[in-house]
Amino acid sequence: MKRLKMSIAAVLLLAVTYVKAQDGHDHNAMKMDNKKMDHSKMTMKSDAKAEAILSDYFNLKDALVNDDVKEAAQAGSKLIVSLKAFDRKTYENIQQLELIEIIEDATENAEHIVKSPIDHQREHFKTLSKDVTDLLAITGTANTLYEQFCPMYDKGSAWLSTSKEVKNPFYGSKMLKCGSVKKQIN
Amino acid sequence: MKKNIKKILFVGLIIFLLIQLYQPARNNGFEQDITANFTKVYNVPKNIETILRTSCYDCHSNNTNYPWYSNIQPARFFMESHINEGKENLNFNEWGNYSGRKQKNKLDRIAKQIKSNEMPLASYTLIHKNATLSATQKKEVLDWINKIQNSL
Repeated sequence: MKRLKMSIAAVLLLAVTYVKAQDGHDHNAMKMDNKKMDHSKMTMKSDAKAEAILSDYFNLKDALVNDDVKEAAQAGSKLIVSLKAFDRKTYENIQQLELIEIIEDATENAEHIVKSPIDHQREHFKTLSKDVTDLLAITGTANTLYEQFCPMYDKGSAWLSTSKEVKNPFYGSKMLKCGSVKKQIN
Repeated sequence: MKKNIKKILFVGLIIFLLIQLYQPARNNGFEQDITANFTKVYNVPKNIETILRTSCYDCHSNNTNYPWYSNIQPARFFMESHINEGKENLNFNEWGNYSGRKQKNKLDRIAKQIKSNEMPLASYTLIHKNATLSATQKKEVLDWINKIQNSL
């Protein structure tokens, strides 16, 4: 009888430790999952390399607003460097494919901006703006941005800005105020 | 003095002969990957294809129709650098390998360059008279590109 009690107790003890161990394991796994999710969320919210691309893009935009060819070309070469540094590996497979295309296209646009007169720079800035907007849709950003739109330039053209106030990069001083805010991001 | 001129001419001749030795590989592919061809991707009508082939393909494809003086340096050197740059920006034989985003942008660029008479290059049409686009040819190509753009 005593032996039976002992063995039952032993079995129970074993069972309890087993369950506990399992529980603890699961718990650990969940914690890890949580950590992973937090991590990916963080990169979603602000990817430093994507923010660098955005910052160069805004410098380029400002140069075009000021009709400054040289400054725009310089911002363009900086943009090429940050586009190259962008790491798509932290994103999901399906997104990576689009990211490759976006980065490739944006780089080509930036290359032309580096070596072209201002009219050409603006033409390429239009397609570059589309690239950067699509990039942003995947990477996200920590800052509040405004998508602005000018209905006159090339059958309608959009660009991004950090401020609500419209300063048109496609016309510069010629028509600085042309356009309106279409969308607020964040 | 006369001796000097003779010397300069002689050295010039030697240099001219020496640079003839530099003959980079010709841009003559065989259009093997037919599916990637622009003309296959869009089913381009014959009249448009002819225009593109005579006015664009020398620099924007894997096949250049070389003129006789392409055998002489330094003409060849300039030609080859033009062709390389042209192909890098737009290669009709590689069209199918471009991403959808790139194709869309390139179509837009093609139309803009033709519209503003930037392409074909003036230095090219100066020698290749038949490559010059007439007003009707321009309109034909632009209308067609517009149609394609609207269907995408």
